[in-house]
Amino acid sequence: MTIHQRDWQAFVTPAKDGAVHMDLAVDGITCAACMGEIERGLKRLPGIRSARVNLTSQRLAVDWVEDQTGAEEIVRELSKLGYTAHPFDPASQKERQDQTGKQLLRCLAVAGFAGMNIMLLSVSVWSGNATDITPETRDFFHWLSALIALPTVAYAGRPFVRSAFGALAAGRLNMDVPIVIGVFLAVALSVVQTLQHHHHAYFESAVMLLFFLLVGRYLDHNMRGRTRSFAENIAALKAEVAARIGADGSVREVPLSKINTGDLVMVAGGERVPVDGVVETGLSDIDQSLVTGESVLVPVKPGQRVYAGTMNGSGALHVRVEAASGATLLDEVNRLLETASQAKSAYVRIADRAARLYAPLVHGAAALTFLGWLLAGMAWQPALVISISVLIITCPCALGLAVPAVQVVASGQLFRCGILLNSGDAIERFADIDTILFDKTGTLTQPEPELFEKLDPEDKLVSLGGRLALASRHPLATALVKASGAIVPLPHVEEISGAGLRTLYEGEELRLGSPSFCGVDEVETEQALNLVPGASMLAIRHGNRPARLLAFRQKLRSDAKEVIDALRDQGYAIEIVSGDTKPAVADCARILDVPAWRSGMKPAQKIARLEELQAKGRKVLMVGDGLNDAPALAGAHVSLSPVSAVHLSQAAADAVFLGDRLRPVVDALRLSGKARAAIEQNLWISALYNVVAVPIAVAGFVTPLMAAVAMSASSLAVTANALKLKWGERKQLSRYNEDAGSNNPASGGDR
Amino acid sequence: MDVLIFLIPIALFLGALGLTAFLWSLKSGQYDDLEGAKWRILDDDDLPGNNR
Repeated sequence: MTIHQRDWQAFVTPAKDGAVHMDLAVDGITCAACMGEIERGLKRLPGIRSARVNLTSQRLAVDWVEDQTGAEEIVRELSKLGYTAHPFDPASQKERQDQTGKQLLRCLAVAGFAGMNIMLLSVSVWSGNATDITPETRDFFHWLSALIALPTVAYAGRPFVRSAFGALAAGRLNMDVPIVIGVFLAVALSVVQTLQHHHHAYFESAVMLLFFLLVGRYLDHNMRGRTRSFAENIAALKAEVAARIGADGSVREVPLSKINTGDLVMVAGGERVPVDGVVETGLSDIDQSLVTGESVLVPVKPGQRVYAGTMNGSGALHVRVEAASGATLLDEVNRLLETASQAKSAYVRIADRAARLYAPLVHGAAALTFLGWLLAGMAWQPALVISISVLIITCPCALGLAVPAVQVVASGQLFRCGILLNSGDAIERFADIDTILFDKTGTLTQPEPELFEKLDPEDKLVSLGGRLALASRHPLATALVKASGAIVPLPHVEEISGAGLRTLYEGEELRLGSPSFCGVDEVETEQALNLVPGASMLAIRHGNRPARLLAFRQKLRSDAKEVIDALRDQGYAIEIVSGDTKPAVADCARILDVPAWRSGMKPAQKIARLEELQAKGRKVLMVGDGLNDAPALAGAHVSLSPVSAVHLSQAAADAVFLGDRLRPVVDALRLSGKARAAIEQNLWISALYNVVAVPIAVAGFVTPLMAAVAMSASSLAVTANALKLKWGERKQLSRYNEDAGSNNPASGGDR
Repeated sequence: MDVLIFLIPIALFLGALGLTAFLWSLKSGQYDDLEGAKWRILDDDDLPGNNR
């Protein structure tokens, strides 16, 4: 991987029986065959206790005896098998076990078990009430129900009680408040009814209600958990590590969380700079496109500042870390991020908005029912029974499922289109959008530079340059290797930091590097730059013959034009905001036919533009990848980020899209529109259900059986409506694949 | 109806048995990787004399 040693101890945790444990994110696991291959392959190593692949989260858990094999060998073996793996930083992995999910599942199991058993008893009582049950048997059954229901409500009701109290303590009402009141009143009243030998008790309603709501809660949680675990994998695979130089001069790779201010960090050629800091020694040039959006390389020398997320060119740098100082770019970005995300938290989800209206309405109706029947001359207890049945039948069972059910289905569909959601309510916010801001570098364009011209394979000079470029990990050199298809490196290559490479070939000097290094004068470079605005130049020279200039630039993503056109047709306003230079942005905007563009934007300016639009009442989708986009991503109404983005931007974005194409942007908007429609339909279904059910309940005609049937029916209705989204979408997806297949057979295999 | 004295505890016991089994399987991590589990059953490597 890198020339220096990684500090594996930081990733390894002790396991039982003297073994050690490590979790790895593995890239490239696609099928069951990979799973067997990895597990079998690793077990061939000495000392491996167990190796188990988790296909769902694409992770590998290995236990081994420490003195027989090492973490390094394991990763090497994996790469021999063809998989890139990266260990998780244990500091960021504290939440590895999904405690909340398991707790919800346990509550769900308990509620399900209790619900089934109480139903068994209740059905006997209901049918007995109609025929010939003796009062003793009925009381016995009621007591048995109470025996099961009381501990169940105490156990399985905790998630709701906690959240309801949390909301009340903060002075708000959420959906859990009526749930908790309804359940507890129902249980308490049932106990009283049982004590007084009444015909009816409502234990089964309370428990079944909890069961249905827990289903919704678990679905909701599951969706978020899955996205989070993929995001963590991506973060781990992107190697969030830094090579720290110790006091004794040794270089060890440690997780970023263990780097402190004042540490000295080494950045090898071609690596991403992991920290903000000042260069102590070394010469290189830096690709700052992820930070500033500018794709031209910037030379750096000792004393200059470098930023996390930028790509180092050819030279090795020693960087003194200064993350704590308040003036770094990262700090500025962080400060902007914080204010921006605070502004966004004011967004209220549809479900919560519905609950705000709903809770007072339900409580009011129940209270009025109680008072009404009292005034009509009924005793307090039967009046309370009726008002509780109003509470129970209106209890937002369908409401509790309405949103999570749609979210789960929609996030699954989005995942198929290569979109991972970071936050559950992003779907709703996507549907509000009317304006889209695009960053240019790395978003509309591909993250890696590409050679501008088509190469002639017979071009001897260029293929020589490609072979020379194999010796370097500079991004432009990598692009040249790719373009020329070189595979045989040249011997004895000397690398001059910040300038280029040279070697002797057929007795003459062969040089590859910056135009000045190869003796090209400024005028000629200037002319070439005018032809290809915003390009980075690389030159090749062999002996005294004239040098050859190659222009590299970040190409537009393959479907950028198509996607922009489609978005414009759908009526979205589109703007490009980029930190790149004016000619580069102008050129890109011309190709894409976007009249509204701004260049040279700093993070604060991007935010300012965003706020300007939002002040006009626009709902803005921000699509960007750079560090300079992060605050805008956090501040926008909703945001998308490609998987190649820097970590901070991915964390700030509401969703991340995979792959090299821009198509997911269209998919995200289309699917969210449909999902929001389904959510609204679901809320209407629940409202309609209440309109029908409440008068019947208020009139006092509702038996527990009817309440249970009505409740289940409404829940099934909203779930079925959510699944409808999937059916319609499957047709759409297959049609899209056919289209893609017929227009462009080569693109068929990217999914 | 005297038989209920036996039947109901038996029903509850069986239900509780199922619940315990579920909680145990949850705790032992059997639901961590549903995707992988469905493929593992097709894998014949655990059969004797089948060491590829």
